Amino acid sequence: MHRAFALVALLAAIAFPLVMQALDQVYYVTMASRILIYALAATSLNLVLGYGGMISFGHAAFVGAGAYTASVMIVEGLPSAWIGWPLAMAVSGLLALAIGAISLRTRGVYFIMITLAFAQMIYYLTISMKAYGGDEGLSLTQRSTLGFGLDLKDDLTFYYIVLAILVSAVYLISRLVNARFGRAIQAIRENETRMEAIGYPTFRFKLTTFAIAGALGGLAGALLANQNNYVSPGILHWPESGWLMIMVILGGVGHLYGGIVGAVGLLGLKQLLENYKIGWLAAMYPNYQQHSELAVGVFLLAVVLYAPQGIAGLFARRSKKHG
Amino acid sequence: MAENLLRIESLHKRFGGIVATDGVTLEVERGEVHALIGPNGAGKTTLIAQISGSLAPDAGRIVFNGADITSLPQHARVTAGLARSYQITSIFKRFSVEQNLALAVQARSGSSFGFWRPVASETALEDEARAIASQVGLAERVNAIAGSLAHAEQRSLEVGLALATNPKLLLLDEPMAGLGPDESQRMIALIHHLRESVSVLLVEHDMDAVFQLADRISVLVSGAIIATGTSGEIRANEEVRRAYLGDEITG
Amino acid sequence: MSDVLLKITGLQTAYGQSQVLFGIEMEIRTGEVVALLGRNGMGKTTTVRSIMGLTRASGGAIELRGKRIERASPDAIARSGVALVPEGRQIFPNLTVRENLEAFAGNRNGTSAPWTVEKVFRLFPRLAERASNMGNQLSGGEQQMLAIGRALVTNPHLMILDEATEGLAPLIREEIWACLAELRRAGQTILVIDKYVERLIKLADRHTIIERGRVAWQGTSAELDADHGLWHRYLGV
Repeated sequence: MHRAFALVALLAAIAFPLVMQALDQVYYVTMASRILIYALAATSLNLVLGYGGMISFGHAAFVGAGAYTASVMIVEGLPSAWIGWPLAMAVSGLLALAIGAISLRTRGVYFIMITLAFAQMIYYLTISMKAYGGDEGLSLTQRSTLGFGLDLKDDLTFYYIVLAILVSAVYLISRLVNARFGRAIQAIRENETRMEAIGYPTFRFKLTTFAIAGALGGLAGALLANQNNYVSPGILHWPESGWLMIMVILGGVGHLYGGIVGAVGLLGLKQLLENYKIGWLAAMYPNYQQHSELAVGVFLLAVVLYAPQGIAGLFARRSKKHG
Repeated sequence: MAENLLRIESLHKRFGGIVATDGVTLEVERGEVHALIGPNGAGKTTLIAQISGSLAPDAGRIVFNGADITSLPQHARVTAGLARSYQITSIFKRFSVEQNLALAVQARSGSSFGFWRPVASETALEDEARAIASQVGLAERVNAIAGSLAHAEQRSLEVGLALATNPKLLLLDEPMAGLGPDESQRMIALIHHLRESVSVLLVEHDMDAVFQLADRISVLVSGAIIATGTSGEIRANEEVRRAYLGDEITG
Repeated sequence: MSDVLLKITGLQTAYGQSQVLFGIEMEIRTGEVVALLGRNGMGKTTTVRSIMGLTRASGGAIELRGKRIERASPDAIARSGVALVPEGRQIFPNLTVRENLEAFAGNRNGTSAPWTVEKVFRLFPRLAERASNMGNQLSGGEQQMLAIGRALVTNPHLMILDEATEGLAPLIREEIWACLAELRRAGQTILVIDKYVERLIKLADRHTIIERGRVAWQGTSAELDADHGLWHRYLGV
């Protein structure tokens, strides 16, 4: 059931830019690229939060670390994506390893707070990095280079590269969650005490998940820096972690496509509300478009109340009934 | 000494002002079913936690199969052959019976840091899990979701999970908890069957089960062992009657 | 003959789609001790939960002193004078023993010689010793005594005990049985669920056996004691 949907969505995603190009509405391709990048970031958080059951409130730190690494490489004259992007993943992955090694010694509310605290630390660190813009941020004169005649400056090319990366990441995660490792971390999420009592060194599994998610988040960050041609500490600020969590919850915690559905849903909704005047709504509240976040909030409430498993979760239940 | 599978030497544990374990010395021999009885609050759960490795003692030694395991983490003790079951059922409620048991089998069959091959394709794990399910009387329920099992079936799975780690010594913490008379008899039969391949340290209040199963009984009162002996010796022991059994020894 | 305190007619209860009770019929008279027996999963706890309003009945009627309660909320039922000593005790871990009792002190049956916190301490000297200990510092047996005391101190018309001896040391079990016998002598109406048939025969006046959500047998202690075939058939003993 899911496969069919996913395939259709993928075909639509592939066709999308071509259609937009034909309609001379290439702006939407840029918007779509942005949504796909956030889909990757949310998917990486879903690995730790959904599958791993670890409520990390500092994921923006890894996205930001990746963004800054890729940006610094470009600014320092090493724009090759083949260097910058793997390096971004390595830096975020190692950062996640370090933060995780300490944070994962805690549980529950303490874990949430300590991950938030670490992320804020990194945030303030980037503000203090005057060499790379400080709180003004860092403008990029160019995007990363790929070679092979692919120019990332071209919006369509960039879109397809992002799409390819997202699809690969989701595929790899799908293998992971069904493999021994995935089974183990999901079981740890269900009952960590018993996992330890049947012979699993649970800390190692949680830390590894945390690091993998961090690395993937870093990749999303590298792409985001390229997308904006700009990076600033704002990308690491805690509301960014919050938005990522909201995407995961909205899309479906622990569902393979949860991150994607959540990013598309949330960002798509925001775009819709900001750019399209809905006649009857405007008649009631003339300035509603300036308060689009309120509408997003209402929508989120509805999801939490009526579809606590997220949107992907709703479909999962439906398909079980029709099974 | 080669005979002792488990030897606990002068274990001490205190929580603030309360002494939970007061110099406990205890031995479990290879092939025996050794029961641990005692009043609520005597420190049985704390003792089990220290033996299984989820709680570190303040002083004392734990020797298992000839090796000092006092500072080994819990998961390493499981690998060494020491597994426990819980008094309050602690299973994976959203997984099936087969998946529950397969997890324990997986832990001891190679590395779980596999990221590619689907677990579902590992028929060896599934086969072993089904075999253990049969052993504990859950053959008909292998595909049922653990959370949907009746209480008695969950208790069987509880023991099954510990058994699936292929232990030399099983620490069973009140396996009879919440079982009716006929269900208890089935659990007693199960444990009786297991003793052929595994040694058991059994914590229980169900004296019927204790007297039917135990080779030796140790009595824990206020954190200390006040007596160790055969069922006959323990039943006759004045101090034990006063502290725990009472005068009416009913099942 | 004393009045009917609790009357259950045609009680049906379901958990979602699965029906558990298929028309329970039973009566408890004032001053009686009635035992509810049956294998695990047959519907004993569900019956109790239906009486307390914790699980809504899907059909049938429950009357407490002539008033229908099957649609009432649990707190209203409790205030009407039904006290539950639940499976697992569920005392408040962060309150002291005294606080656990004081929180519930009341006189719901309007008696002239009510149970007070001090009276409960006299019934359970062990609790008196631990009066300022926190709930979570008590042993299982002490928690059970506290749970019973907490029910007593509301001065209920009907006290319901669900597996009050589960998981307790033999000596403590004896103390609980002795305590229940004393409550019976004092005239307390009790509905008790337990698995120790011999003890229940000594304690209770009448017994109701539930099998697969229906009443399979009802009778006096003498009748139950005389027919061990029943024990084997319905109780697995």
